Amino acid sequence: MSSRVLAARPGMSQAPAPRAAAAKRERRAAWIRRVPLLPALIFMIVVTQLPFVATLVISFMRWNALEPGNTGFTGFTNYKTVFTESALRGSVIATVVLTVSVVLVSLAIGLAIALLLNRAFVGRAFIRTIMIAPFLIVPVAAALLFKQGIYNPSYGLLNGTITGITHLFGGHSPVQPVWIQDQPKIAVEAALIWQWTPFMMLILLAGLQSRDSEVMEAALVDGASPWQTFRFVTFPHLRRYIELGALFGSFFILQNFDFVFTITSGGLGTANLPYTIYQTFFSAHDYGLASAQGVVVVAASLIIANFALRVVSSLLREEVIR
Amino acid sequence: MTAATATRVARPATRSRRRRPMRLGRNMWLGLLAWVIGLLFFAPVAYMVLTSFHSEAAAATNPPSYGAGLTLQGYKEFFGIGTGTSPWPALINSAMASIISTALVLCLAIPAAYALAVKPVRKWRDVMFFFLSTKFLPPVAALLPLYLFAKHVGLLDNIWLLIVLYTSMNLPIAVWMMRSFLIEIPRALPEAASIDGAGVLTLLRKIILPIASPGIAATALICFIFSWNELLFALVLTATVSQTGPVFLTSFVTSEGLFLAQVCAAATVISLPVLAAGFAAQDKLVQGLSLGAVK
Repeated sequence: MSSRVLAARPGMSQAPAPRAAAAKRERRAAWIRRVPLLPALIFMIVVTQLPFVATLVISFMRWNALEPGNTGFTGFTNYKTVFTESALRGSVIATVVLTVSVVLVSLAIGLAIALLLNRAFVGRAFIRTIMIAPFLIVPVAAALLFKQGIYNPSYGLLNGTITGITHLFGGHSPVQPVWIQDQPKIAVEAALIWQWTPFMMLILLAGLQSRDSEVMEAALVDGASPWQTFRFVTFPHLRRYIELGALFGSFFILQNFDFVFTITSGGLGTANLPYTIYQTFFSAHDYGLASAQGVVVVAASLIIANFALRVVSSLLREEVIR
Repeated sequence: MTAATATRVARPATRSRRRRPMRLGRNMWLGLLAWVIGLLFFAPVAYMVLTSFHSEAAAATNPPSYGAGLTLQGYKEFFGIGTGTSPWPALINSAMASIISTALVLCLAIPAAYALAVKPVRKWRDVMFFFLSTKFLPPVAALLPLYLFAKHVGLLDNIWLLIVLYTSMNLPIAVWMMRSFLIEIPRALPEAASIDGAGVLTLLRKIILPIASPGIAATALICFIFSWNELLFALVLTATVSQTGPVFLTSFVTSEGLFLAQVCAAATVISLPVLAAGFAAQDKLVQGLSLGAVK
């Protein structure tokens, strides 16, 4: 729609007038357009940008709340600590492993469920509705439910089910793993996958339902097998939705704090960067180091954001052409 | 595409008719599979609600006693009848922080989205990306300056600090969402209104708001959910006076002993508003979560 593109440049279609007056009117009009935007813009700059400037400044300082007299600028010392201390390197690896595994697995399961839900069957609307429920449990509550209700070795749902099945087959000594201690990372990941699969499913299902029905019919008429239809028609169309799900998922999982805090309290090698920063700041009171860690996380996020913005901007551009 | 073209020639037309009975059987199996997976995902939620109505003794059996008698004991314990620590102040704080911040978000986001969609400013794309980029900055990195600032001006343990932070957390989402709803309004409508002499406010009130109200409702519900769920800021910036529901829940993290029914009751109560909001906004959930990119 070309009128939308034209309208983005105010004043282009105005009749010629004395140049100075016209320019003045145009400036005025441009400002009137900007007024509704300004409160939101100024609010965001003040509340989100100023703290980051402060973080950047503090990251170059020697500042531990437990040693109030010993404060000053130290240059890159905090950053050296960030990159050399093995505990911190561990939390970088933990963050990457957690984010990648949760996003990939929940995308794969979400895709399978979306494909199943895209078919007609009895009770489809019901199943689709209850599938969303995991995503609508408050994250701390979900993590608590997994820690106390599902993983608990003596009365949790997992071991309870194992006992039930063992008794069913006449067994007497069921295997009773100590889930969180045995597999701490998988315990955190599984709970997050449970919560995030519905999110992926919803995005991919929306993608499946926006497929061009004519193209699908053409594929059917042409005798394409289900696999061929998926490979050559559905998947290329879904790619954008998969990318979107992966990107939004990555951001939420990258910043995840609740599950690590609740399920393992950052122990057993599960401490990711948000949790580690929280600890450096809240338990060790090392403000300088916590800030340097924060800056590193921001830098990493911006690299990923760069990819994300490219995907999203292709969506915006398409909208203008449409 | 070559493979698809090749099979088109090779496959006789009668083939698809012959395959139909077999397909029906397969459809049934796939429907059944969808039911099994759906129920499997729902099982923890069902288990949580069921256990919340069990006695502590019945909740702690192995294997689980699904058929045990139902009781409100877990809820009574959670609401502090007997123990004395009531979750009500925390729940009220959560409601205040979520509802007021959502209202503030809408007040800021609707005019902003108007300036980005209906009568777009010149660099609307840059502005949109600025809003989005703030969402990509991890909140944990801003935590320390915010804490120091709050401590300095005496805003620690003050619910209004959380309200401001939740507003900034949700404003980008709301701007993107609202823009995606407002862009659907036919261009001729506001133009005709302004030719008829309607000012910006009249235009907003009489034309934009009625058309956009389903979108506004969906945006509000999503902002409410994110504020209600938030833990990190609330954990660090509040203490006893203005702690929120999720912070109250963290007191169950390290507890030991017979209290699973109480934990399940707590998790159910705290999740109830989100479940209600989420199911109400079900058809707009995707659009909101993808910031309006997926419709």
